[in-house]
Amino acid sequence: MKEAINEKELLKGLARNDKNAVETIYREHYKIIQTLIINNNGLADDARDIFQEAMIVLYEKARSGDFELNCQIRTYLYSVSRRLWLKRLQQLNRYSSDLVSTDNVVAVEDDLEEHNRRDAEFDMMNKAMGNLGEPCKSLLEAFYLKKKNMQEIATDFGYTNSENAKTQKYKCLVRLKKLFFSHYKK
Amino acid sequence: MNEQNDLMILDAVERYIRGEMLPDERLHFENLRKSNSEVDQLVVEHTLFLQQMNRYAERQDFRHTLQDVHNGLSEQGTIDIEPAQRGRVVQLWQKYKKVIAIAATIAGVTAIGLSMLVNTVAPATKDPKVIELANKVNEIEIKTDNLDKKIQHVDNKTNTTHNTDINMAVNVYGTGFLIDPKGMMITNAHVVKNSRNIYVENNRGERFRAIVLKLDVSRDMAIIKIDDDRFKPFSALPYGIRKTTSELAEPIFTLGFPREEIVYGEGYLSAKTGFNGDTLSCQISVAANPGNSGGPIFNRNGEVIGILSTKETKTEGAVFAVQSKYIFQALEELKGNPLYKHVQLSTRSSISGMDKVQQVKKVQDYVFMVKGD
Repeated sequence: MKEAINEKELLKGLARNDKNAVETIYREHYKIIQTLIINNNGLADDARDIFQEAMIVLYEKARSGDFELNCQIRTYLYSVSRRLWLKRLQQLNRYSSDLVSTDNVVAVEDDLEEHNRRDAEFDMMNKAMGNLGEPCKSLLEAFYLKKKNMQEIATDFGYTNSENAKTQKYKCLVRLKKLFFSHYKK
Repeated sequence: MNEQNDLMILDAVERYIRGEMLPDERLHFENLRKSNSEVDQLVVEHTLFLQQMNRYAERQDFRHTLQDVHNGLSEQGTIDIEPAQRGRVVQLWQKYKKVIAIAATIAGVTAIGLSMLVNTVAPATKDPKVIELANKVNEIEIKTDNLDKKIQHVDNKTNTTHNTDINMAVNVYGTGFLIDPKGMMITNAHVVKNSRNIYVENNRGERFRAIVLKLDVSRDMAIIKIDDDRFKPFSALPYGIRKTTSELAEPIFTLGFPREEIVYGEGYLSAKTGFNGDTLSCQISVAANPGNSGGPIFNRNGEVIGILSTKETKTEGAVFAVQSKYIFQALEELKGNPLYKHVQLSTRSSISGMDKVQQVKKVQDYVFMVKGD
């Protein structure tokens, strides 16, 4: 019972991107996933990639308002990692028999479908940002990612005043939206 | 609507969505939203965009946390792979380290012995042919060195163009349009003539570098070409270019970039000649702003009949255009260069039967913003 409350708190922390919560989960569950990957044809780097992707799936689930995890964090991460690794092996045309065995897993297909959709959206934004070029990319990152205000941005980028920075930001934003929506709407 | 207006509206929309408006302003904006469907649509679109942006930012942040945590734990040695789980090759290596070392020593000693033996047996005199060959090898090496330098030089050159492209401060704007599917375009000479770097941008925000092939300042016309690996040539253009003069009162439409968006305008051909009876120009009646210059003028069949050029300041609504037949003439002059000998302009338009909305939809991908610094 105590553990269940504890996990709930951890997930709340995870949803806030709280470093302590992330570290606790990492510390407790990383090794089991690493063992799973390495015993099934993978390397340490693969283990890191798969575990981190599984963490992103858990993070997104924790952030969605109606979230309730009806199993332990360990089981969830294990199930997601297992599916992700199976998929990766298929893509690489490798195969591992151990993964087919019926371990303690839960159904995560719906969550992964949602994750794939968000993954595609993330890639679209990432690509649009990449195609933007400088100084637009850094300028928009400063505003939307680092949450700086226009005054700070004007100083950082050497614009004479925040009005000039605003005009530049507007131009960059219009272009980013075009780049993004030209893929998003397809 | 002009650029400044667009900026203010988008800025207001963004502050509205982010909840940064004071109650009064908010009320005012909500009324505007109710009465103006364009604003309402912009709110919907921008909400979606900001949501995507937030998710993007959140995931970036979370990835950084994951990486930080991973590196931290890795330094502590908490998540390292345990020795028992190391790969088989490593285990074998540790087990047989000594044996391998001994074997290697024996092999080394044998090799040294053998080479000594060869040295004593081999003739001491140096064969002149061998020396000559070595010289040749040297020569070749020098040549490749030079070549390397040249390549580096070229590399440097391309690097500089890449960099300036990215950091370019834009001074001049105009419009341009493709006249062949591989990237040859027409724009105004004044847009590109004083620019060191030119790039073109389509309505999807994609930017490509371009170079000037031909400049005709007296006609204010330039032929430029997209010179960028990221540009994927089209299979064909949807519009043709008209070789003959158009008829008076013929309805026309234009596409251009007086602002960051592509803008449509319509009007009619008002005179068959241009300013002071210039026979290579014509006069059209259409709303045009500075960024429109260099843009195509289409007739109802979707054929390009001219290039929008100067606007006479004194007469309202009088815009002059270079007639499209001049494009053929200018291209002929370019054909002296063997690279462009085989460029053929199409006079056939595949969109002639369509309604205007469809025509505009089809041609807008071929019309670009042209920028130079």
